[in-house]
Amino acid sequence: MDNLAILAQAPVFNLQLLVDGVLIGALFALAAFGMALVWGVLRIINIAQGEFVMLGGYVVVYAAAAGVPPLAAVPLAALALYVLGWLLYRAVIWRVVDQDLFVSVLATFGLSILLQQLANQLFGANVRSVDPGLGTLLLVDGSISVPYVKLVAFAASLALGVALVLFLKRSRLGQAIRATSQNARAARIVGVDTDRVFASTFALNAAICGAAGALVAMTWVIHPYFGLAYTVRAFMIVVVSGLGNLAGIVAWGAGLGVAEQYAGFLLGAQFQTAFVFGLLVVILVARQLALHRRRMVLR
Amino acid sequence: MHVQRNASRSLMVAGLCAAAAMAASAVQAQEDTITLGAAVSITGKYSTNGKNTLDGYQMAVKRINEMGGVKVGTTTYKLAIKYYDDESTSARGAQLMERLIAQDHVAFVLGPYSSGLTKAIAPVTEKYRIPMVEGNGADRDLFTQGYHYLFAVLNTSDYYLREAVNLLAEQAERIGKKPSDLRIAIAIENDNFSLDVRNGVMEDAAKHGMKVVIDDKLPPELNDMSSTLTKVKALRPDMLVVSGHDKGATLAVRQTSDQKVHVPMLALTHCDSAQVAEKLGAAAEYAVCASQWDRSLNYSDRWFGSANDYAQRFEKEFGYAVPYQSAESTASVLVYADALARAGSLDPQKVRDAIAKTDLMTFYGPVKFDDTGKNIAKSMVLYQVQGGAYKVVAPSRWAQSRLVFPAPRWEERESAKRN
Repeated sequence: MDNLAILAQAPVFNLQLLVDGVLIGALFALAAFGMALVWGVLRIINIAQGEFVMLGGYVVVYAAAAGVPPLAAVPLAALALYVLGWLLYRAVIWRVVDQDLFVSVLATFGLSILLQQLANQLFGANVRSVDPGLGTLLLVDGSISVPYVKLVAFAASLALGVALVLFLKRSRLGQAIRATSQNARAARIVGVDTDRVFASTFALNAAICGAAGALVAMTWVIHPYFGLAYTVRAFMIVVVSGLGNLAGIVAWGAGLGVAEQYAGFLLGAQFQTAFVFGLLVVILVARQLALHRRRMVLR
Repeated sequence: MHVQRNASRSLMVAGLCAAAAMAASAVQAQEDTITLGAAVSITGKYSTNGKNTLDGYQMAVKRINEMGGVKVGTTTYKLAIKYYDDESTSARGAQLMERLIAQDHVAFVLGPYSSGLTKAIAPVTEKYRIPMVEGNGADRDLFTQGYHYLFAVLNTSDYYLREAVNLLAEQAERIGKKPSDLRIAIAIENDNFSLDVRNGVMEDAAKHGMKVVIDDKLPPELNDMSSTLTKVKALRPDMLVVSGHDKGATLAVRQTSDQKVHVPMLALTHCDSAQVAEKLGAAAEYAVCASQWDRSLNYSDRWFGSANDYAQRFEKEFGYAVPYQSAESTASVLVYADALARAGSLDPQKVRDAIAKTDLMTFYGPVKFDDTGKNIAKSMVLYQVQGGAYKVVAPSRWAQSRLVFPAPRWEERESAKRN
C-alpha cells in the first residue's frame, strides 16, 4: 500500500498517528469509565451514554457564548450533568435496576432517543464548536502538530480516572458503591442505602460523560446526533477490558484510538469504524479460544 | 318533552345551515387560492435547512400575493403553501406526499430539503402525475430515472466543485506548474450528495490530467478528520476538497487550523450554511466555497428586483441572513407563478408542460429546463473567505474579487496578524 510506504519512509507520521490516537482514546476511555461503573454497580447497560457526552458539549457551547472561559466550563458541564443524571435516575432508571438486562437496554435506548430529539429541538441540528483559544504545539519541525486542547483533554481524562479510583477506594460513598456492586442485598443488610448509591453512581456517570463532552466540544464539533459513536466505543472498551479493570480501560481506550487512526491512514476513513469493530470481534474470539484452552469461559 | 325536542331539532337545523353556509364560503375562498403542497423538514437532522426552505417558499408566496397574485386565464389567484413536517426521514416524506395529493388534493408540489427526501418523494408525484418544482435536491441520480414531472432550479451536485478544479488548473500556470502536475486530495462524508460532488471533481480532474492522491469517504457518524489530515500533511496535495454538509465544512476548517495543515487551496461545500467565517473566525480565511447563489450577483426579476433586493427583503421578514437554500426555494415558487400564467389553466398536465418550456430570469439566476428536468441555464459560483467575508472569485464573469492562491501558510498568517 502506498500509505504504508509513506509511514516507512517518514516515520515521524507514525508518531503523529500514535499521539492523535492516544489523545482521542483518552476521551473514549472517559465514557468507558462511566459505562463500566454503571454496568458494574447498577447492572445496567446505559445506551444513553453518548447522549450525556453530547449534552455536556452543549453546556460548554452555551456557557462559552455567555462569556464563561471554555476550560472553566468543563466542571460546570460535569455538575450540570450530575444533576441531570440524578433526575433521570429518579424518574426512569430506578424502575429498571433490578430487572432483566434487556429491559434496561430498552429503557436507556428510549432515553437516548428522547435526549437526542430534545437536543435537536432546543439547540438545532447545526454543528457547534467552541474554540478554547489554546493554540497548537508543533514538534519535529512542524511535522507533528498537537493542539493543546487535546493535551488538556488527555490530562483531564487521566486526572478523572485517578480521582475516580481514589474515590472508590477511600471515600465512604466509594466504599458503599463497591459494596453494592459486589452484592447489593448484602450491602443493604449491613446498612448501605443502595438506592442512594445507585442514584449517585448514575449521576456520577453522567458527570464523567459531561466532562468528556465538554472536552469534545472544544476539540472537535458537536451536534445532537453524534452520541452513538461514544456509546458504542465505550461499550467496546468495557467489553474488551473487563468491568473492574480501570487501568485496563485507559489502556484499551488508547489502543482503540491508535487503531482507528492507523486504519484511517492506511485503509481510508471509510474503513476506520469497520476496522475497529472487526478488531473487537477478533479480540473476543481470540480471548475465548485462549480461555478455552485453559478450560475457562469468558463471563 | 315535546317542546324540548322541537327546540333541539330546530337548533340542529340552524346549526347545519350555518355549517353549510360556512362550508360554501370556504369552498368559494378555496377557488381563489392555488395551494402548493410540500413536505419540509421542520424537525430532525435537516431542521435548520428545512426551515430555510419553508421560509423561502413563504417569502415567495407573500411577495407574489402582495403584487396581486397569479393570473391564470381570466381569474386571479392567490398562492398558499400547505406543508407537513417530514421529520427529515424519507419514509415519512413519501407518506406525507401521498396524503397531500390523495387526501388534500393538491395539484402542484414543491420539493423537500435534501436529495434523499426528493428521491423518496419523486416516485409519488410521478405516480399521480403531479408536477414538482424543487430547489433543494441536487443529486445527479434524480435526473437519470426518466421522471417527467420533476423540475429542479438548482445545479446538480456534481457541479458544486468542478469550478474549483478548473480554477486550480487556471492558477497552476500562475505558479509555473502544468495542470497535469497538480495533485488533489478528496475527503467526503459517505452520503449521496457528497459522493456526487466527488464524482464531479474526479471527472474534471481527469480532464486536466490531475492526480487524486487521497480519496477518503468518512462515515457519517465520524466526527474527526485527523487521520485524513495526517495523510494530507504527508502527501502535500495542491488542493483539498471536503464535502460533508455543515459538519464537514466546520470540521475541515477547525482541524486544518488546529493541526496547522497547509493546503494551497481548501475547497468546501456548505461553508455559508455552516457559517464558517462568522463562527470560526481567522481559521476560515482563504477557504474556497461552492454556492448556488450569492446576493452580489446581478440577476434580477420583476417580483424581487435584484438578488440584493431579495436578500434585504428576506432579512427584514425573517431576521437572518438569507442562505442559498432559501433563495432556491423562492425561485421554485416563481417558476410556478410564471408557468401557471402561461398555462392559462389549473390542469396539472398543462401546467407541467408550461413548466417544461420555462425560460425565465429570476433574482436567483436564469431558469431553463432540459428534457430531464435539470436547470441548464445557471452556473455555480465560488466564494473565497477574505477578511471574514465571502467574496465571489469565480466564474470570472461574476467575480468581485481576485482569488488568493496559494493560501498563505499558517506561520505566515500568524505573523501577518501580529504585524
